Amino acid sequence: MDGYGEGIRAPYAILGPWLADQSTGALKRKQQEADSIFRRLGITFSVYGTENALERLIPFDLVPRIISAAEWRQLERGIEQRVRALNAFLFDIYHRQEIVRAGRVPADLVNCNAAFLPAMIGFAPPKNVYSHIVGVDIVRVGEDEFYVLEDNLRTPSGVSYMLENREAMMHIFPELFARHRIAPVNDYPEILRQTLEAVAPAGCQGDPCLAVLTPGIHNSAYFEHSFLADQMGAELVEGQDLFVADGQLFMRTTQGRQQVDVIYRRIDDTFLDPLTFRPDSLLGVSGLIDLYRAGRVTIVNAPGAGLADDKAIYSYVPDIVEFYTGQKPILKNVPTWRCSEAEDLAYVRDHLAELVVKEVHGSGGYGMLVGPTASKAEIAAFSKKLEADPGNYIAQPTLALSTCPAFTKSGVAPRHVDLRPYVLVSDRIRITPGGLTRVALKKGSLVVNSSQGGGTKDTWILQD
Amino acid sequence: MSRYVERAENMARLAEVGFRIALTPDTSAGHQEDWRSMLTSAGIIDDFLERHGEISQEAALDFLLFDPDNPSSVRSCIRAARTNARTVRTSITRDMWEAMNSTYLAFEAINPATITDARLPAFIDWTRERTSLFRGALLNTLLRRDNYYFSQIGGFVERADNTVRILDVKYYLLLPSNQSVGGDFDTYQWETILRSVSAHRSYRHVFHDQYKPRNVAEFLILRPEMPRSLRFCYDWLDELAGGLCDFYGTSGSAKSKIEDMRGYLKAMKMDAVFQMGLHEFLVDFRARNNALTVAISDDYNFG
Repeated sequence: MDGYGEGIRAPYAILGPWLADQSTGALKRKQQEADSIFRRLGITFSVYGTENALERLIPFDLVPRIISAAEWRQLERGIEQRVRALNAFLFDIYHRQEIVRAGRVPADLVNCNAAFLPAMIGFAPPKNVYSHIVGVDIVRVGEDEFYVLEDNLRTPSGVSYMLENREAMMHIFPELFARHRIAPVNDYPEILRQTLEAVAPAGCQGDPCLAVLTPGIHNSAYFEHSFLADQMGAELVEGQDLFVADGQLFMRTTQGRQQVDVIYRRIDDTFLDPLTFRPDSLLGVSGLIDLYRAGRVTIVNAPGAGLADDKAIYSYVPDIVEFYTGQKPILKNVPTWRCSEAEDLAYVRDHLAELVVKEVHGSGGYGMLVGPTASKAEIAAFSKKLEADPGNYIAQPTLALSTCPAFTKSGVAPRHVDLRPYVLVSDRIRITPGGLTRVALKKGSLVVNSSQGGGTKDTWILQD
Repeated sequence: MSRYVERAENMARLAEVGFRIALTPDTSAGHQEDWRSMLTSAGIIDDFLERHGEISQEAALDFLLFDPDNPSSVRSCIRAARTNARTVRTSITRDMWEAMNSTYLAFEAINPATITDARLPAFIDWTRERTSLFRGALLNTLLRRDNYYFSQIGGFVERADNTVRILDVKYYLLLPSNQSVGGDFDTYQWETILRSVSAHRSYRHVFHDQYKPRNVAEFLILRPEMPRSLRFCYDWLDELAGGLCDFYGTSGSAKSKIEDMRGYLKAMKMDAVFQMGLHEFLVDFRARNNALTVAISDDYNFG
């Protein structure tokens, strides 16, 4: 098996023969080298609830995923269009709700949505940007056919893997870089910094002070938080380091207080400010939201941005793109049946064994039914849950995800992949040429989540 | 000895940066211009051209790392440092000697032909680990007596010289009249300069800004907290020369030269540097830095 399924695609023309020449032993040594690089860097995560467990590595696959310049241009156009529309949608939702008035999106879906934050109504964030850092999960199902699986508009993670996977690959396979024209990704932290600066409060004098707000060292993504702060030269803070005084946000330092202008928060909306949201939150800062609404500090991404990546809203994104851009969407949505609608529900009921059924507000692969691999008893049990509360579910077909070669225990073999490019939005939209490719390392598996045997690989965008 | 170790590390770092640039999409045929500027930074371009005639990555890496006929190659520096260490074996510590000698033995056992592109990054990492080990052994174990001061003075004079050379190769990019800030090409140039002194991350912690020519120049010339800046080197040289004078109970021309230079750098502003001309400033500085080596030889009868 060569790992390519139905023949080698053009972007792999150099890699394919090279890979075929490598012995399994040589690749194994490279694999160990990569693992030791990641350990040394400390790009590990701790598993919740296992006190003495070792810090773990997310499995790294040696074989890069390669995308041609032409394919990337198409993706870029599609992503830019989508992200622009979603930000416009959020502005509209927290203002006049034209799209609801026009009957294109149901009012209940917006106003009764847990991710809809009344505190944001009537407030316009700097440059009208709600989601500054976006990760769009994309799968490929055919030669020129890309589907968006979901839009991550809250606090998408994983960008440190994009950057460190590249460093590791340059370290262990330099000869491959010399033979390809690979677009660099290493200016991401610089562009992130520029993005944060561009949305600093209007009254900010001089260089804005930027801080990354982390839940702390025990969070599984702490490495990424510290990594990004270091790369940008920003401060890394926890909620307890911050306080509100004299109408400004400050952080405690060894030399007294210092004003903070932009917060790149890596904690969820409801933990941001115990005065506005969860009163038991120790992670946030009391009074932050009032300050934010007064335009004294910018929160990135904006609270309430998660409304637009809700699974129930997802099926309306093609309408959203058309409504705000006046164009047909370039990227497709996965066809979705809304079980809240009688006709769709009837279809789903009859085709449970072929469909993937998900909870509207769920994430991380929990509470879902994968019809083709489920037992009869599982389907029966799930169908009861579905009938009890159909509005809580959507259904999608199982997709024929594309595969890429991966280095597995039994040599190089095809495995299913998805792709998360990272998008930075301020007064313009910039997409780093690359992204995080997640790979389902178990044979035949479609689940790329790291909790279920998924790994990552470097993603190369070739230049013309 | 410290001086050779410092140079070995600087050469390894230049090789690393050159190699890294060569992995990015090509802007010139075979990255020849990039390698030319690396070799010029290293101060060995003339010797290189005499020996190889034409620039290629393979030849450049070999010349920087392994060529015994290039007195600045990593191999030559490690050999010279080890010879020095043997000569003064009784006045250095066992930790220093072992760090030096084991590095030398391991390096000599390496066949350059086996350092293929695939193995080069790991090899350069190893070289830097070894120089750090030596420096750590010195700081941790060596008595603060004359040989400590001489050793450290040699190291910081070398470091200042290295920083000046790196700046001088790119000085035309650092002039304030160069307004095309923010282009991809520039960002990449600044990053290269900073990477070659391991400062591309710390830059952002000091300036909170994207790479700008004026800041890069200031960072490497005047910033006292930047461990490779000219100012930092002379702050240390002043301390060390003071220690030496206290130890011997005498003073000399080297001490006063260092004090002058430190005062000069402390009072200097970037505007004045640019007014003088960055290149002229660097040339002048380099001459004075070299004169210091001569003054130390004269003061302490090394001739």
